[in-house]
Amino acid sequence: MNLNAQLALWVFLLPTLAAIILGVVYPLRRSGKPAAYLSIFGVGLSTIFSIWNLILIKSTPVSVSIKYHWLPASSGALAYVGLWLDSISAVMLAVVSGVALAVQVYSLGYMSQESKPSLGRYYTYHSLFAASMLGLVLANNLLEVYLFWELVGVCSYLLIGFWYHKPEAARAAVKAFWVTRFGDMGLILGIILLWGQTGTFDYQEIFSLVKTSQIPLGFLSLVSVLMLLGAFGKSAQFPFHIWLPDAMEGPTPVSALIHAATMVAAGVYLVIRLFPLFESVPLALGVLTYVGSFTALLAASLATRQADIKRVLAYSTVSQLGFMMAALGVTAQVASYFHLFNHAFFKALLFLAAGSVIHSVGSNNLSEMGNLSKKMRITSAVFIAGGLALAGIWPFSGFFSKDEILVAVGRSGQVLPLLFLLLTTFLTAFYIFRAVFLVFYGPKKTEADPHESPRVMTSPMLILAALSLVTGWFSGDFEHLLYPGLEVETYPSALPWISLGLAIIGILTAWLFYQKQKRAPALLTRSLSPLSQAIDRKYWLDDLYGLMYSKILLGFSSLIGWIDRYLVDGVVNLSAWLTGQSGSKLRIAQTGKAQDYLIGVTVGLLVLIILGLGLR
Amino acid sequence: MSNYLILSAILFGIGTFTVISRRNAIGILLGIELLLNAVNLNFIAFAFLRENSVGLVFVLFTIAVTVAEVALGLAIVILIFRLKKTIQADEVNLLKG
Repeated sequence: MNLNAQLALWVFLLPTLAAIILGVVYPLRRSGKPAAYLSIFGVGLSTIFSIWNLILIKSTPVSVSIKYHWLPASSGALAYVGLWLDSISAVMLAVVSGVALAVQVYSLGYMSQESKPSLGRYYTYHSLFAASMLGLVLANNLLEVYLFWELVGVCSYLLIGFWYHKPEAARAAVKAFWVTRFGDMGLILGIILLWGQTGTFDYQEIFSLVKTSQIPLGFLSLVSVLMLLGAFGKSAQFPFHIWLPDAMEGPTPVSALIHAATMVAAGVYLVIRLFPLFESVPLALGVLTYVGSFTALLAASLATRQADIKRVLAYSTVSQLGFMMAALGVTAQVASYFHLFNHAFFKALLFLAAGSVIHSVGSNNLSEMGNLSKKMRITSAVFIAGGLALAGIWPFSGFFSKDEILVAVGRSGQVLPLLFLLLTTFLTAFYIFRAVFLVFYGPKKTEADPHESPRVMTSPMLILAALSLVTGWFSGDFEHLLYPGLEVETYPSALPWISLGLAIIGILTAWLFYQKQKRAPALLTRSLSPLSQAIDRKYWLDDLYGLMYSKILLGFSSLIGWIDRYLVDGVVNLSAWLTGQSGSKLRIAQTGKAQDYLIGVTVGLLVLIILGLGLR
Repeated sequence: MSNYLILSAILFGIGTFTVISRRNAIGILLGIELLLNAVNLNFIAFAFLRENSVGLVFVLFTIAVTVAEVALGLAIVILIFRLKKTIQADEVNLLKG
């Protein structure tokens, strides 16, 4: 095992160990702060190792796959566990551990009001969450990835429902679990089908089979669409996007982690990791492009009218993930991954800054904030930096990756997705600066005296802000690192300038409406009002799902229930009844008198004799 | 020869009927005696027919065993009488579930 693989293994093992120790050693977990320090220590070392690893890999690219037997059987092991370290997983390791570290440090300040046992529980979940995501990133086969996939799901369930005494939080946790579960069903079906066909879970073996076209295309299409269901569920793509905004009930740092590095990134990462498979299926690529761009637009339009600052960010995540999916659909996996990479930093930053605002104002509601830029200079500065990155303004990181995506989509010649994405660019700039103007400028609307957050909260934000300013410049390095052989062609295109223009128009619109308090012309307002109503009802999608659940699913369940109660149980009860009845009829014969039995014996004997004689 | 067998069969039939129909436990024991004697008669008849003395020996055994059996049976009857204050067989239905 070379140094890279050892480092990668430790990157995964350290948070795992921390989670296990915190899970098992009860007094440590209950002690609060020490538990937090242990968790931060674990993930901090992980971060150092993963960055070291990345630096090593940058100078000498490697692709190491290590396998261990799992489920040994007489005819050889049924499965393997192991890790596959190459540039793709190395980059993601650094992102996951880095963001997790920032979030955990930040949580020291944000969660300082929690009781000690509760804080310990929080950090235990956090360690487990980071560990499972790192495991997912490193996994080298589908079975292993599914295992970590579900662990990530469970951890997000635990953390969204962290304040489980709040009914909304508990419901949001269950909703997140349910909706992603629904997608996971597709993933596990895809994995099983693929295994049934190929007999292997291993990525590289599957890739080589795909490359040599040993799997029929129809079958591969079915498998890849099923797997995409899983990815869409995790990455909150339409029609599974409904869980993510509700997941805002969790603590804000958790949202930062879920949105930036762990939960939702898993879906995109899976598609990137398995891209050699998806790449060869035109159907899967089409689904990715259209679902991705449609989700991007849908979520961006929803984000424009949210009253809750975290929900704005939640929809923006859904929208940005749509960008990544759409990019994958046009085989621009480098652009997609680069956007995932940049997005991780600026979205974590936005969430942490939003958390800092919420922490000081004591409310999530945009209408209760205002004019905070004087009181919270650092927070407002980093939030605006994150907003500029999200909106895709040069020189922030979002500009580079988003424009790579737009250029790739434009080059593919698919007009509708391109239009969707361009419109989304405008809406993105609009909604994020709507939030900026409502929160940091304008009239003061709260009685509370806002204050800047403690340094333990601001320093992670500053680091992330610096990262979202600079990561965009590494576009070229990124491509060389990920796909060293790939010759990146640059196409002169007007799209970056169009999108930059759209973003600036978006910001100006937000400035006009929310800073200058200009009202839109009545005609425009009236013609848009049905749309805004639709947005307020989330396009009736939640209602539709509710209806589907209450009418179709419950109706079907009650039908099944009826069949079970009256038909299946009926057969069982009938046989029981028959036995009982025949017993009570037959017991009359059992008088308990030896003489009666003797009559039976005698008569029986006579009958046998007569029969015997007769037969002779 | 067949006369002996017919007598034995009649005796066995009477014995069976006695065992089945008698309500008195002592009557049942007497019926059992009749059954055993019917068997003894058969043994003796066949011993004469085949000029083989093994049947006679068997009868002697049977008589001895019968004595013991009656003694045992009467002892049981006495015990049941002590327990139930009756020797009517149909009132002794401890076996009935």
